Amino acid sequence: MRYEAPETMKAAAQMLAKAKGAAFVLAGGTDLLVKLKSGMIEPDLVIDIKRTKGAYDIKKTATGFAIGAAVSGAQLGEDRVLKKAWPGVVEAANLIGSKQVQGRCTMSGNLCNGSPAADSVPALFAAGAKVALAGPTGKRTIPIEQVPTGPGRTSLRKGEIIEQILLPKRPPKSGDAYLRFIPRTEMDIAVVSAGVNIVLDAKGTVKEARIALGAVAPTVLLVADAAKAIVGTKLDDAALEKLGAACAAACRPIDDKRGTIEFRTKVAAVLARRAAKIAYSRAGGQ
Amino acid sequence: MSIKVSTTINDDTVDFVCDESESLLDALRNRIGLTGAKEGCGTGDCGACSVTVDGRLVCSCLVLAAEAEGSKIETIEGMANGNELHPLQRKFIEHAALQCGICTPGFLIAARALLKKNPDPSEEEIRFGLAGNLCRCTGYDKIVRAVQDAAREMRGA
Repeated sequence: MRYEAPETMKAAAQMLAKAKGAAFVLAGGTDLLVKLKSGMIEPDLVIDIKRTKGAYDIKKTATGFAIGAAVSGAQLGEDRVLKKAWPGVVEAANLIGSKQVQGRCTMSGNLCNGSPAADSVPALFAAGAKVALAGPTGKRTIPIEQVPTGPGRTSLRKGEIIEQILLPKRPPKSGDAYLRFIPRTEMDIAVVSAGVNIVLDAKGTVKEARIALGAVAPTVLLVADAAKAIVGTKLDDAALEKLGAACAAACRPIDDKRGTIEFRTKVAAVLARRAAKIAYSRAGGQ
Repeated sequence: MSIKVSTTINDDTVDFVCDESESLLDALRNRIGLTGAKEGCGTGDCGACSVTVDGRLVCSCLVLAAEAEGSKIETIEGMANGNELHPLQRKFIEHAALQCGICTPGFLIAARALLKKNPDPSEEEIRFGLAGNLCRCTGYDKIVRAVQDAAREMRGA
């Protein structure tokens, strides 16, 4: 195995594009090194992107926030400005693993690992995040929901690497939240999860909403019908009921040791309703 | 092929040569002779290999040694000040917060990182803060009490 730590994303992308054999991108390594040690993967090349410029930066920009690919969960949790603007996203990222894992794990890695149960991903879907990709011939930016295509699979092209995760600017009266169900209190993988982001108008009526579910389909799902169910309402019981029903209808989970189809479908609706209430109250709704 | 890595470990300059796929834990133990960090699971679940890298608590089994180039690493071997134990170490002994001792270096490093961020943690915060460290002997209660007692002493309360 060859280890490279290039100083620019362009160099990293070109290395990845040219690589013969199995090449992998290393950021926090909390998934990659587990796979490496267990023999699940046998890399010929590992490209460490943590030495690239801006990899650890959380930048406030004209259009929101740009989060470097190596920014760890612990670093996100310490950024008060980001946490105030996107509490749901930061809480979701901070649920990944232990404090030790938080010291290294990244949202970019969480996304590229391609797990439908990834904690930060539903929150990022709900937030309307975008992903800035560096490729061997140039850069492009795509909506986050275009990245995962199935368990362990993404739409990234050969040589492409996530350079930044972009969160939009917060309009006034908006809020987000993320909830997951696990049978323990920590150190577990989501059985079901829900991320909700809400924007209110001056009167406290829901103007825009985005609702995403985790671990109920081969990828994280953005549920447009659930969002539609609460737009134009003040999140009254009837609206919440419709939101829950739309979420349950969108679920196509598997039965496994963590949860049954029936359980996941029911709990998805419950978590989405609860997360919507938290997001609504964070947006200043009453 | 192998890689030369320059680091600072417990305030000493340490240069070593490692294989590309070697973990920081293996380099610490087998090349540098710092055997305080243990390998429990090797998958980042048990925390027995906890160290800090540039001030961040990490599992050294999930770090490549090559990644440590230029980093400042702190391990259990640097925790005591000469013969004087760190308050956490002393309290672990006083409260009998260990039996076999395999998990103890990891708990101490993680507890020190916790108290640095939060000098007055609640019991719940201690349990969450140390959730990435597994102990199969003590049942955790003695560890939690030792950390509470050390925190009290370190705050001068």
